[in-house]
Amino acid sequence: MEQFTSFSSQVVPLPNENVDTDQIIPARFLKATTREGFGKNLFRDWRYKSNGEPNTEFVLNQSTYSGKVLVAGKNFGCGSSREHAAWSIYDFGFRVVVSSFFADIFRNNALNNGLLPVQISEDFLQTIFEKVEEDPTLKVHVSLEEEQISIPSLQLSEKFPVNPFNKNCLLKGYDNIDFLVSLQKEINAFEVNRI
Amino acid sequence: MGKTLFEKVWETHVVKHIPDGPDVLYIDRHLIHEVTSPQAFNGLRKRGLPVFRPEQTLATADHNVPTKDQHLPIKEALSRLQVDALTKNCEEFGINLYGLNHPFQGIVHVIGPELGITQPGMTMVCGDSHTSTHGAFGSIAFGIGTSEVEQVFASQCILQHRPKTMKIEVNGELKPGVYAKDIILYIISKISTSGGTGYFVEYGGSAIQQLSMEGRMTICNMSIEMGARGGIIAPDETTFAYVEGRKFAPKGEEWERKLAYWKTLPSDPDAQFDKELFFHAEDIEPMITYGTNPGMGIKVNDSVPTEDSFEDEGDKRSLSKALSYMGLTPGKPIKGQKIDYVFIGSCTNSRIEDLRLVAEHVKGKKVAPTVAAWVIPGSQQVLKQAQKEGLDKVLQDAGFEFREPGCSACLGMNEDKIPSGKYCISTSNRNFEGRQGPGARTFLASPLSAATAAIVGEVADVREYFPNLNPIQ
Ligand code: SF4
Repeated sequence: MEQFTSFSSQVVPLPNENVDTDQIIPARFLKATTREGFGKNLFRDWRYKSNGEPNTEFVLNQSTYSGKVLVAGKNFGCGSSREHAAWSIYDFGFRVVVSSFFADIFRNNALNNGLLPVQISEDFLQTIFEKVEEDPTLKVHVSLEEEQISIPSLQLSEKFPVNPFNKNCLLKGYDNIDFLVSLQKEINAFEVNRI
Repeated sequence: MGKTLFEKVWETHVVKHIPDGPDVLYIDRHLIHEVTSPQAFNGLRKRGLPVFRPEQTLATADHNVPTKDQHLPIKEALSRLQVDALTKNCEEFGINLYGLNHPFQGIVHVIGPELGITQPGMTMVCGDSHTSTHGAFGSIAFGIGTSEVEQVFASQCILQHRPKTMKIEVNGELKPGVYAKDIILYIISKISTSGGTGYFVEYGGSAIQQLSMEGRMTICNMSIEMGARGGIIAPDETTFAYVEGRKFAPKGEEWERKLAYWKTLPSDPDAQFDKELFFHAEDIEPMITYGTNPGMGIKVNDSVPTEDSFEDEGDKRSLSKALSYMGLTPGKPIKGQKIDYVFIGSCTNSRIEDLRLVAEHVKGKKVAPTVAAWVIPGSQQVLKQAQKEGLDKVLQDAGFEFREPGCSACLGMNEDKIPSGKYCISTSNRNFEGRQGPGARTFLASPLSAATAAIVGEVADVREYFPNLNPIQ
């Protein structure tokens, strides 16, 4: 996994609530057997009209908005466990998703792929939406070390929660599987006493 | 202080606790399918690792498979590739596969229980969020992502933060025409699709306890639709009777030993939950969804909500977006809404009990000429049993198409898609935009509600159409 470093970036606002994994990446695009390339179908049915033409009303098709930070309405990532949702967001180029609430499995999947879920208050979320609407070039700064997201130009900031273990993994780019494999002796011992 | 069922099972599976971090949780059974496993196998290959405990993993092909002519090669190239990749991966890594044409093939959450693989007190995972289904047996079962599938392949363990616990009790007598599906749709409509996020839910109360295993599976199946990590129901005599004698169930002395242990699992009377919710069975009526998430449910005799039904601005926006996708008018009764398709299937409602209920009621009736109605049994074993009981004939005579097992129109990965703009009443678990095909409009309901709609051609109240219904036993 890639190491997560702090950065400043413009944001892409998606104020919809309850964005589910079928919207993030519809099931018919899950047929690949590799992890790469899902970004081109991210938000497919919102991004393209049924005739295949880009829907200019959708935010990903508006050149005013860009950046590595997706800001979305509450309960982001609900629905299926498909990790393809996290892959497609990452593959598209996002490194952070900001919302006031995340679905559990999506949060795990994101963390396992170096995509940082930043959970903030509903008030701060609405502030970001308002300020970005006023000024689409607005930048946010995301610092994982400080567990903080800020809008430097407006001197606004908020802390976000992240588990110390996950934080360390992200910062160092650690791999969970190497860690688990290193526990084989303990796992073997556990199995002996299993009910 | 006493312990909850969840705590008892979780704690006996912790290999190691990481301070300030997740637990290393041992997994008893790992189920896999063609869509969420290939990248995990690739990961193992890159690392040069074997599957650590292949005998504790079981594979089937369900998400992508056609529901017609399964004996022929899969026509759609990408689906075929994925199913072939599963076969190759299982051979290479020594995993037992119940693939297409195998007598045990079927939807992963249908075959686990019917083969006796799912047992009380276990930890089970699968790269599919409806793994929560298996919690009906008093096991901790939850859906995982592909990176986590790889963790389990490599170590038979998973890194997992321990969720909080919630108890949901439904007490009292269910009314006639109300089924397990109505109970869970009712609960989700009350607590929303995020009401259970962060929690593992234990369902209890007299109305839950009197459900069959099939009904309990329907309830636990949809736990994820309220955001919960999983659902669990205390094992009891109903559970034991269901498990006993199944292919992979313990036998003889082992059965006695396990049974004694299973009886110790139910939550202690003084166990504490982080949150408790109580519902009255008498308040529940046949339910149907009107919107684009499973929390948007109403009683079948209610009207589609209007903006005034909600206080929250976000909810108002979600409503108007949902209704414009669904093509429904706020304030209009949902009953009488015309239906084009009926889908009876999915891991929520495709078991033999569901098929029996539908067949019993449609016998001698006819599907409305404007409606295409499909019944997709959950597994080869369900299909065989239905044929043995002659249910296939009854359904076909009534104008239903009786197909071969798979996920089918639940997620429309194969050719079973609902065309854009068409209305489908479905016994599955998700009514998200495009879930059943791009532009498809889904109403979630119980199998009998779906069957009734097939005959009437519109959304109907099962109690008006079948005035002599008995409450479920
Ligand atoms: S039937 Fe539907 S919900 Fe169930 S496992 Fe298949 S796709 Fe998932």
